[in-house]
Amino acid sequence: MRAVDGVSIDLHPGEVVGLLGHNGAGKSTLIKILSGAYQADSGDILINGQKADIRSPADARRYNIETIYQTLALADNLDAASNLFLGRELVNRFGLVDDDAMEAETRKIMARLNPNFRKLKEPVSALSGGQRQSVAIARAVYFNARILIMDEPTAALGVHETAMVADLIKELKAQGLGIFLISHDTREMMDLCDRVSVMKNGKLVGSERVEDVTEDDILSMIILGKNPRREAA
Amino acid sequence: MIGALILISLAFNIATGGLFLSPRNVFNITIQTVSVAIMATGMVFVIVTRHIDLSVGSILAFASAVAGVLQVRWLTQDLGLELGNPLIAPIAILGALLVGTLIGALNGWLAGYQNIPSFIVTLGGLLVWRNVAWYLTSGQTLGPLDRTLLIFGGAEGTLGPTWSWIVAVVAAAAAVLAIWNGRRNKARHGFPVKPAWAEVVLTVVIVGAILGFIAVLNAYLVPENKLKRIFEARGETMPEGYTAGYGLPISVLILIVVAIVMTVIARKTRFGRYIFATGGNPDAALLSGIDTRWLTVKVFALMGFMAGLSAVVAQARLQNHTNDIGFQDELRVIAAAVIGGTALAGGVGTIYGAILGAFIVQAIQSGMGMVGVDTPLQNIVVGLVLVVAVWIDGIYRKRLGVR
Ligand SMILES: Nc1ncnc2c1ncn2[C@@H]1O[C@H](COP(=O)(O)OP(=O)(O)OP(=O)(O)O)[C@@H](O)[C@H]1O
Ligand SMILES: [Mg+2]
Repeated sequence: MRAVDGVSIDLHPGEVVGLLGHNGAGKSTLIKILSGAYQADSGDILINGQKADIRSPADARRYNIETIYQTLALADNLDAASNLFLGRELVNRFGLVDDDAMEAETRKIMARLNPNFRKLKEPVSALSGGQRQSVAIARAVYFNARILIMDEPTAALGVHETAMVADLIKELKAQGLGIFLISHDTREMMDLCDRVSVMKNGKLVGSERVEDVTEDDILSMIILGKNPRREAA
Repeated sequence: MIGALILISLAFNIATGGLFLSPRNVFNITIQTVSVAIMATGMVFVIVTRHIDLSVGSILAFASAVAGVLQVRWLTQDLGLELGNPLIAPIAILGALLVGTLIGALNGWLAGYQNIPSFIVTLGGLLVWRNVAWYLTSGQTLGPLDRTLLIFGGAEGTLGPTWSWIVAVVAAAAAVLAIWNGRRNKARHGFPVKPAWAEVVLTVVIVGAILGFIAVLNAYLVPENKLKRIFEARGETMPEGYTAGYGLPISVLILIVVAIVMTVIARKTRFGRYIFATGGNPDAALLSGIDTRWLTVKVFALMGFMAGLSAVVAQARLQNHTNDIGFQDELRVIAAAVIGGTALAGGVGTIYGAILGAFIVQAIQSGMGMVGVDTPLQNIVVGLVLVVAVWIDGIYRKRLGVR
């Protein structure tokens, strides 16, 4: 089976590209190739025109690619700070992990993302879905990413928290990050993205600038798998 | 859990008319527990990463066989080192540690890189290694062992009262320092700290426990005959009315060092953090760039190292290598870790819990032996305690609302 077949997508600095498609279209699989979780059978990843060699999540991090996974990828038994710094722990001069420093950093970033966040000492299994998502978002934005991948980052968030993430995306975009955003909310995508790409059954239906299409155009691309603008032309 | 151990001890103490908590018995239970307790610390990491090691008893036997053969054959008969050569003990110990570590690493490689369930890998190892040891020794008991090596067994190697007190004071000072340091660090980052009185009470309890334990071990006096022999060996005569306490056995000192090192690894190193992360969510660990397969090798190698270390302690305590050394230790070790709060589902467990668990198992078994319960019933009770402990733990966690 081919979950993703012959898909090609560009992303520029300071740009948000939305990835849309029905459930099982292959969106998560595509971005997992970029984040090193899966390896493509064929095809290349180019960063700044150079071929990037990404074979593991650690490789992707080395290229400053940060990912918020749909499953969040949190270790439920560890607290927020341990999850935020997982794989990149702060250490003291003896090489031992410095929990207090990590907790202090976590407090700082969480104050920006989710000011109501209090449960710093508890394992993340004790957090609500939205709080867990905040931790996953904090982890991706803390480490100065150049490319940020967000797979349904607001799926579990409340209205207020969703608005904060939208603001965050605009802020990061202004800082020159390239962002891949996956969401099923076409309204939100029209608002946040510069371009949208639609996938169906593992294939790319089309990529369009949001100014050039209507919400209905996007919906018909998702559902029918056809690009109405190209058909008309 | 400390409460459970105290309760069990007091109950047996009453049932035995004060014999159970006599210095002599406390000393004996302590040195009997050391080898299982050392391995239990390694088993915590294995179980936390969602694996199991059923082969530890057999690894112990094989490592012990290698150390034994080194002492009585290879180094002495074959290489011609004279008996009592100071090189024999270190080489034999290194041999045991190396063998244990390598077998552990092999287990980890099979489980981590070849994706064979660790239950199967180590069930195989359980059968393989004890019998490889049998071929190595032709099933014979190996002895007498090197005299230097015997000091790691317990009764033959103790620090004596003075040094024991020094260790106690150092340990107490370290505990006070650690508590104080932790508090200062928290305050520096502006985190909430416990009320001062709670911290003082905790400190007093810990310092009291350390000093009390050493006092009991020092109160166990070396038998007069043995003292006489020691004096005779030095060509002196024993002064009238001379007494000496055993103090802290070197094997227990090793256990304390292991406990501290393993706790630091668990809580303060990246390696430890990754062990717990992998146990909590293997996918998340992988996506965070953790090499979980190599981690599996390291965890099993560490377990094997502990089995090698326990092999030295066990053969020194028994004063020879027998083919059934460490027989069924895997059961005691897993029971100790699980009674100590390590969850088989992974991600949860503590080093001190596993060590306490080892003491609980040994206390129950020895206590029942002293009360006159026969071995089959002892085993039945230990088995029930294991199940009930996990049951109660589950109920307790549910009440607290933790997973
Ligand atoms: N681990 C896996 N093993 C086998 N097939 C998989 C696996 N993960 C995904 N698939 C399949 O690959 C296809 C694409 O899945 P993917 O998760 O990329 O979809 P998606 O577009 O992210 O959907 P959603 O909107 O539901 O998140 C699906 O048909 C799915 O069944
Ligand atoms: Mg998806």
